[in-house]
Amino acid sequence: MFETLNLAIALPELILILGAIALLMVGVFSNSNVTKMLHISAMALALVVVTIFIIFTQGSEEATAFFGSFYVSDFTKAFKIILLIGTGFAILMAIEFKKRENFTQFELPVLMLLAAAGMMVMVSANDMATLYLGLELQSLSLYVLAAIHRDNVKATEAGLKYFVLGALSSGMLLYGISLIYGFTGSIGYSQIASSIASGNANEIGVIFGIVFILAGLAFKISAAPFHMWTPDVYEGSPTPITAFFASAPKVAAMALLARVSMEAFAPMGDAWQQIIIFLAVASMALGAVAAIAQSDIKRLMAYSSIGNMGFALVGLAAQNEKGIYGLLLYITIYMFMTLGAFACIQAMQKDKVSLTKISDLAGCGKSNPFLAILLTLIMFSMIGIPPLAGFFAKFYAFLAAVDAGLYPLAIIGVVLSVISAYYYLRVIKVMFFDEGEYDHDPMAGELKIVLAASSAVIILFVLFKLAVDDFMLQAAAAMFN
Amino acid sequence: MTVAAGFFYVLSAILVASALMVILARNPVHSVLFLILCFVNAAGLFLLAGAEFLAMILLIVYVGAVAVLFLFVVMMLDVDFAKLKQGVLRYLPLGAVIGVILLVELLTVVGGYMIDPELLKAPIAPITSDITNAESIGRVMYTQFILYFQLSGIILLVAMVGAIVLTLHHKKGVRRQDIATQVARKREDSIEIVDVESGQGV
Repeated sequence: MFETLNLAIALPELILILGAIALLMVGVFSNSNVTKMLHISAMALALVVVTIFIIFTQGSEEATAFFGSFYVSDFTKAFKIILLIGTGFAILMAIEFKKRENFTQFELPVLMLLAAAGMMVMVSANDMATLYLGLELQSLSLYVLAAIHRDNVKATEAGLKYFVLGALSSGMLLYGISLIYGFTGSIGYSQIASSIASGNANEIGVIFGIVFILAGLAFKISAAPFHMWTPDVYEGSPTPITAFFASAPKVAAMALLARVSMEAFAPMGDAWQQIIIFLAVASMALGAVAAIAQSDIKRLMAYSSIGNMGFALVGLAAQNEKGIYGLLLYITIYMFMTLGAFACIQAMQKDKVSLTKISDLAGCGKSNPFLAILLTLIMFSMIGIPPLAGFFAKFYAFLAAVDAGLYPLAIIGVVLSVISAYYYLRVIKVMFFDEGEYDHDPMAGELKIVLAASSAVIILFVLFKLAVDDFMLQAAAAMFN
Repeated sequence: MTVAAGFFYVLSAILVASALMVILARNPVHSVLFLILCFVNAAGLFLLAGAEFLAMILLIVYVGAVAVLFLFVVMMLDVDFAKLKQGVLRYLPLGAVIGVILLVELLTVVGGYMIDPELLKAPIAPITSDITNAESIGRVMYTQFILYFQLSGIILLVAMVGAIVLTLHHKKGVRRQDIATQVARKREDSIEIVDVESGQGV
């Protein structure tokens, strides 16, 4: 019985979920003061570290658990480690927020852990039911997190918007899944693929299903034209929550998208490639153009993340091993850049009130040169200037596209990347050349750790790449075994 | 006419009648009560059809939870139902058209075998008749589908945590019952024996 369940394979998820439930108990039965809350955050952080460690110790061969509905390989391991790192940093950033706001709701880190568990299930899903349950576990936790600052009108509005649009996208996804089940007769990825390959499935019906599933997933990665919720939710939620939204869930949804399209719909490659290319071009274009008019830096980051998702999709559109490698590399680098940028944004506060206007950064270059230089490097990396990390991210994504013969896509991507340089440069210009009084509160220690770690990865990416390149190549290769 | 057929007609008749009463009753609380009667009769029909698991679920989920929730909503919210019903005649034609479309669809589904007898062979995984359907669900629920079952449980836990996080306010100054302090109360703390002289007052 336990041999077929293969529980050991799902050990990281089990540990994370049981740990989160235990933390919930600790929180319920302890007094609600801020120090207790900080202890729970610290324990949550330790739990994330333990989970990463367990994933490292697992073997690298492919395996399935729970009668084939749960799958692990180097590919899933790589994505899980990245999303857990993102979750850990977000928990760290939330500690600062809790201290400053005197926030006594201990559920914040617990919900982040449960969201991370949902993301890990998404990455490991090997059939449509597990996919949907993982996605809902993640989304439901995120809806609550968006509104967790419930005395704030904007946060409540953000939570409601996110919930309504998220429910809509889940509905589309489920409709697509039901169509696929109807036309192929199964929900397992490999069975769907073999049913399509054998020609038993009605092709038009399957295409309908693919369109709905991809539309639902595009909502989750906020790819244009399904991005409408992103700027409002990013602006309204507290900054550490926004940083969490922009990092780990994107990693998980990207991995999920790659696995569904490359495994379940492998025989329909031509059909979904068109959709992915459209999503990529639309997101890159929207991210490059719409961000120009923004005056709020969180909204700017929202459009930036939409654009970045477009660049990552270029790797998926290539449909080859290099493309998956590019996708993995892009999403890793994107996560570190985003977390670094959000650490800087969270540090923008005066008398414990956070500021989010770009103009609030004026004068930062003179009074706080260290912060200004690190933020400048992050922005340069987002533009894609070598030898910073962002250059390699875009380089490998476009290289894969060229390899697959998608020349127009690569050219459009490079052009739009140049256009998007404008608004990143504008932030740098405001910091160094605009006159202004920058007398913000000193940066909190937790934010310093996040900023230091992410800028280390961005600046010393060449060394970082040497260390993890073998593993990433293995991970990309695991998709094609 | 067999006993089963007799039960079928009795249950169906009450079902249709109570469904009508749901929309015709003046008092919304009566509507909800008729809805519950409706559910109970539908559960009886499921039982006749051999789907005893669906019958139990209908009773537990719809009567036990959903209908009670409706009742709460109806009694708590101050909705003027008389006002809501004013436009009935105006919307009647539209409602009738939708009803006719639904009827035609139902007839095509039920009467599909008249067009193509092959359609009746559709069920892929028929339930074997030697075990009940509750048992056949029970056989896979905690074995093959354990992952789905547990994940759904965690999703419900998140929903519960979320509802508490977003709505529970600990108000200061609300007098709550604290059993420990009540039990710990001593006679000396609360009673003072005063020797009052007559004609003096306390």
